Amino acid sequence: MEWFDDWALTLAVFIPLVGMALVLLIPRAQEQAIKVTALATSVVTAAVGIGILVDFNYDKSGKLQFQADESWIDVISSRYHVGIDGIALPLLILSMLVVIGCIIYSWDHFPEPRNAKAFLALVLLLEVGMNGTFVAQDLILFFIFFEVVLLPMFFMIGVWGGPNREYASIKFFLFTLFGSALMLVGFLALFFTSKQQTFDMVQLTQFGGAGIDHTTQMLIFGGFFLGFAIKVPMFPFHTWLPDAHTEAPTVGSVLLAAILLKLGTYGFVRIALPMLPDAAKDWAPWIGLLAVIGIIYGALCCLAQTDMKRLIAFSSVAHMGFVMLGISTLTDFGINAAIFGMVAHGLITGMLFFVAGSVQERYETREMSRLGGLLTQAPKLGWILGFSAMASLGLPGLAGFWGEFPAILSAYDPSAALDGIAGSSAFTTYRTFMVIAAIGTVLAAGYLLFMLQRVAFGTPKPEFENAHVHDVHVPEWLAWAPLLVLILVLGIYPNLLFDVTDGAVTNVSTLFSG
Amino acid sequence: MLDYAWIIPALPAVSFFVIMFFGKRAPKHGAEIGIAAVGASFLLSCVAVVEWINRVEDATGGESHGLVALGKSIFAAGGAEHGVAPVVHTLTWWTSGGTEFGVGTTVDGLTVMMMFVVTLISLLVQIYSTAYMHDDRRYTWFFACLSLFTASMLTLVVSENLLQLLVGWELVGLCSFMLIGHWWEDRANSRAAIKAFLTTRVGDIGLMIGVIIMFFAAGTFSIVGINEYALGGEAQHSLLMFGALCLFIGIIGKSGQFPLHTWLPDAMAGPTPVSALIHAATMVVAGVYLGARVYPVLYEGFNIHDGGANFMAIIGGVTILIGALLAFVQRDIKRVLAYSTISQLGYMVMALGVGAWTAAVFHLFTHAFFKALLFLGAGSVSHSGSHHSFDMKSDMGGLRKHMPVTFATFMIGSLALAGIFPLAGFWSKDEILATAGESGFDAFVVVGLIGAVLTAAYMTRCVYLTFFGEYRGHGHPHESPRAITVPLIILSVFSVLAGFANAVPLGIHKFTEWFEPTFAFPHLVHAEFDYSLAIISVAIALVGIGIAASLWFRKEELGPFAGLTKRNALAGRGYTFLENKYYLDFLYENVIVDGIRGGVARAYYWFDQNVIDAVVKGVGRGAARAGRFAYDALDQRVVDGSINAIAAGTGEAGGAVRTVQSGRVQRYALLLFASVGVMALAVFLANVD
Repeated sequence: MEWFDDWALTLAVFIPLVGMALVLLIPRAQEQAIKVTALATSVVTAAVGIGILVDFNYDKSGKLQFQADESWIDVISSRYHVGIDGIALPLLILSMLVVIGCIIYSWDHFPEPRNAKAFLALVLLLEVGMNGTFVAQDLILFFIFFEVVLLPMFFMIGVWGGPNREYASIKFFLFTLFGSALMLVGFLALFFTSKQQTFDMVQLTQFGGAGIDHTTQMLIFGGFFLGFAIKVPMFPFHTWLPDAHTEAPTVGSVLLAAILLKLGTYGFVRIALPMLPDAAKDWAPWIGLLAVIGIIYGALCCLAQTDMKRLIAFSSVAHMGFVMLGISTLTDFGINAAIFGMVAHGLITGMLFFVAGSVQERYETREMSRLGGLLTQAPKLGWILGFSAMASLGLPGLAGFWGEFPAILSAYDPSAALDGIAGSSAFTTYRTFMVIAAIGTVLAAGYLLFMLQRVAFGTPKPEFENAHVHDVHVPEWLAWAPLLVLILVLGIYPNLLFDVTDGAVTNVSTLFSG
Repeated sequence: MLDYAWIIPALPAVSFFVIMFFGKRAPKHGAEIGIAAVGASFLLSCVAVVEWINRVEDATGGESHGLVALGKSIFAAGGAEHGVAPVVHTLTWWTSGGTEFGVGTTVDGLTVMMMFVVTLISLLVQIYSTAYMHDDRRYTWFFACLSLFTASMLTLVVSENLLQLLVGWELVGLCSFMLIGHWWEDRANSRAAIKAFLTTRVGDIGLMIGVIIMFFAAGTFSIVGINEYALGGEAQHSLLMFGALCLFIGIIGKSGQFPLHTWLPDAMAGPTPVSALIHAATMVVAGVYLGARVYPVLYEGFNIHDGGANFMAIIGGVTILIGALLAFVQRDIKRVLAYSTISQLGYMVMALGVGAWTAAVFHLFTHAFFKALLFLGAGSVSHSGSHHSFDMKSDMGGLRKHMPVTFATFMIGSLALAGIFPLAGFWSKDEILATAGESGFDAFVVVGLIGAVLTAAYMTRCVYLTFFGEYRGHGHPHESPRAITVPLIILSVFSVLAGFANAVPLGIHKFTEWFEPTFAFPHLVHAEFDYSLAIISVAIALVGIGIAASLWFRKEELGPFAGLTKRNALAGRGYTFLENKYYLDFLYENVIVDGIRGGVARAYYWFDQNVIDAVVKGVGRGAARAGRFAYDALDQRVVDGSINAIAAGTGEAGGAVRTVQSGRVQRYALLLFASVGVMALAVFLANVD
C-alpha cells in the first residue's frame, strides 16, 4: 500500500475537483446524470477517506501520516506538502461525510432557482477547499484552500439564498476576506522573520517562533487571530454569521456550520498555537475571555430570536465559545475537548440546520410563533429535532457533552505557562471563565427547549391545521442517518475520538507545559 | 452478580431500543418487553443483595458490630481503612492527555440496596401502567421511556465514578422531562417539563463544578478514590469545603430542596405512575443518594463531626417545614403528595447534615415504598373514582366504600408516612431524630418533630377529603382492576414491614450491618433507641391527626378556624403567602426567566444588531465612500489623466471599491490581496536590520 500512502490525501482533495469538472461537462438538461456523478464523486472521495481510516496508524496519531512533499512554487519556496495527524483526521472524515449528506439531501428539492448543475459543482468545489485545508502542511497551500472555500459559499448564498441574499453574501465574503487578508500578512511576516524563510508548517512548528522578538510575534499572532476568529466566529466578529445562515439555502447552512466554522478553530490549533507559542501564552487569556463572552452573549441572543434558523445560527456562536475556551487553556484536556467539540458541533448543528430546512420546506416559514405541533403532524421529524436539540444542549450520552464538559473541566486547571487578566492569577481568571461557561449550559438548555416547545410541542396553529405535512422522506433519512448514529455512538463511547486526537494534541500542549 | 452488575442497567437499556423500534408490533405494544427486562433486572438485583449480604457476613463471621478487615483491599494506596471493600470494575471510556478515564461499576451495600428499590418499584409501576395507561395515545413510547429511565437510574446507582454518575443524573433528568411532558399537546405540560429540566440544571451547575473540583483535588473521578482522599487527612480543607458546597447545590436541585424545590409540584403534570416512580421513589432521591455516595466529602467539607448547625442540615430542616406547610393549601391530591415528598426529602438531607447517614439512607428506603404507594393510590382514585381528576375538593370524597382496597392501602401508606408505630416511616424517622439528638443537633430534633405533626395533619386532611364524607364527583366510582391493586398491596406490605430491617429496640440492626459502608467511610454515631423520643414523636403525630380530624371530620368545616383567613388580616396574609408558594415561582418565572427572555436577551440582541453590527456596516459604507471619493475627487479631478501611471492605479482601486455595490466581489478581492502584499512588505521592511 505504498502507493496509497503517497496518494491518498491528494486523491481526497482532488477527486471532488475532477467530479466538479465532470459535472460541468454534462449538459444541464441531464439532471439525473449530474446528480449521480456528484454523488459518485463524493462517495469515491469518502471511500478514500475510509481507506485512510483503515490505514492510519493510531498508535502514532501524533505523527504526520500519508505525507506527500513535492516542489511546487519554488520562487517563493512554497511546496506542495500534505499530511494528516490525529487532529485533522476526524475533521477530514467529517467533511467527507457531511458533503455526501448534503448531496443526498438536495436530491429531490434543490432550492430556487434550482440549477442542479451549478449547485452541485459548487458543493464539490467546497469539498476541495475544506479537505485541502485540513491536509495542507504548507502555509500558502493552506491559504489557497482556505480561500477556495469562500467563493462557492458566496455564490451559494448569493444565488440560492433567501430574500436578503445579496447583502448577506457580500457581508460574508468581505468580512471573512478581511480576516484572511490579515492572516496572510501574518503568514508572510512569519516567512520573512523566520530564519529558514519557509512556508512549511512542520518546520515552522519546530521553529516555534524562536528568534522573533516578542512584539513582532504578538503582531503576527494578531493577524492569525483575526483571520481565524472571524471564521470561528468569535464575539465580536460574529455578525456575518446570523445573516449568512438566515439567508443561505439549507445545504449551505449545513456546510457552513458543520465544516467552515471549523477551519477557524482548526487554524488556531494547527497554526497559531504551535507556530507562535510565546505569543499564544499572552493572547490566550483574552481569547478565553472572548470565548466565555461569546457563550453567554450567543445564548442570550438566541433567547431573543423568533426565527428558528437564526436561533440555531446564534447557538453556533455560543457553542464555538466552548471550543475556543478549551483551546485557550493551552492544555491537552482543553484542546482535546475543543476538537471533540468541533466534530460534535459539526454533527449536531448540521443536523439542526437540516431539520430547520425541512421544517421550512414543509411550512414555508421558520417563524416559531406560527409553528407548533410538529410532533403531531410529522412525528419522526419532530423526534429528530428533539434528539438534535438534546444533543446540542450537551446532554450526556450524546456527542455534545464531550465537547462541553471537558472544556469546562479544562478551565479549572489552565496551562502553568499562562498569566491571568488584569494582574489576577491564571487560576482566578480561568476559574471565573469556568463558572460563566457552566452558567452558559443552563442558558443553552433554555433556548433549545423553548425552541422545541414552540416548534414541536403543542398543536398546529389554525393556518396549518389541515396542511398535509409529509414526515421524513427517504433522501432525508439517508442523509441524516450517519449523523444521528454518530451523535449517539460518540456520545456513548467518546474514546473513539479522544483516542485518535490525544497523541496529536499532546504535541501541541507540551509546548505550553512548563 | 456483584462482578457483573453492569447487566442490571444494560437490560432495561436494551429494552428501551427494542420497544422503540419494535414495540408497536409486539402483541402487548411493548409493555411486555419492558416488564420482562425490568423483571429480570429485579431478580438479578435480589441476587446481588444476597451475594453482598453473604460477603459482609463472611467478612465479619456473623458478628454484628466492629467490622474487622476483609484483607482484600483493592486500593492499596488508601489501605489504612479496613472494612468490606466495594466490588469495582472499570473499562476505559475516554482518554485525554494520556490520562485514561474509566466507566464501570462500584457495588457495595448502598448500591445493592438502591438497585433493589429502583428495580422493584420500576417493575410494580410498569405493571400498574398496563392498566392505568391502557388507552394512552403513546402507550408504547411511554413504556420505552420507563425502560430508559430505569436504565439511567441504575447507571447512576452503580457508577464507578462521579462523571459517570453525572451522565446517569442528566439522563434521568431527560426521562423526567419527557415523561412530565408526556401529554405535550397541552402547553401547561410542556411548560412544567421545561421548568423541571431548567431548574434542576441550575443545580447541575453546582454539581458539574463540584465534580471538577473533586477531580482535580483527588486526581480521579473514582468515587472510592475521592472518598479516600477526603478522609486521607492530607486534603486541603478549603477545597473539600468548596467541593462539598458545589455538590450540595446539585443535591438541592435534584432532590427538591429549598429554594430549588419549585419544579417538583409542577412535575405532577406527568402521568401518575411517573410521579410515583420518578418524582417520589427514585429520581428525586438521586440527590440524597449522591450525598450518601460521597459522604466523606460532605462530612469533612461541612465539618459535620463538629456538631452544630451546617448549611446542609439547615437547608434540609427548612425544606421539611416549607414543604409540609404548603401541603395544607392544595386541592390537588398529587400536589399534596408532591409537597410531602419535598418535606420528606428534607428529612433525608437533614439527616445527612447531622451525621445520620444510616438513618438518611434508611428513610430513603422506607419512603420509597410508602410514597410510591400513596401516589399509585392517588392514581387509582383518579382512574376509577374521580374520572381522571385529581381535585380532592370537587371530585372526590366518600370513596372508601367504593374502593376498599385502594382505601386500605392508602391508609397504610398515610400512617407509615405519618410515622405511626410500627409502620416503616416510624422506624426511619425515629432513627433520624434519635441520631440527631445523640450527636447534639437538638434544634434539628425540634424541627423534625414539628415536621412530624404537620405531616400527620396534612395527611389526615388529604385522607379525609378523598375517602370520607360524601362523594362530590360526577362519575361512577368503582374499585380499580387487579393490575392496579396488586402493586398497591405489595407496596403496602413493604410499607408495614420495611422498617423492621432496622428495628433497634428489638435488637435488629440488619440494615446498618448490611448496607452501611465500612470501607473509606467516616466513623458514624449510632444512637441507642430513645424510648422517650419515640413516644413523643408518635404522640405528636397522633396529636396532629387529632387536631386535623377534629377540624375536618367533625363538621366538614374548620370549626373555630372557619373563615379565619377572612376575619384575621395576619392569617389572611399568611394564607395568601402560602397560596403563592412563598412567591418563589413568581420570582423565578416572572422575574428571572421572563426578565432574561424578555428583557436581557432582547437588549443583547438589540446591542448586537445596532452596535456591533453597525460598526461592521459602518466600515463597509466608509470603505465604499472612500472609494467614491478616491475616484471622484482624486482620480477624476486632481490627477485627471496627466500622470497616466498613477491614474491607472487609483482608477483600478476606485473601480474595485465601487464593485461593493455592484456585487463584483472578485475584483475587490484582488485589491485586497494587493494591499496585503503592500502591508507584508511593510512588515518585512520594518524587520530588516
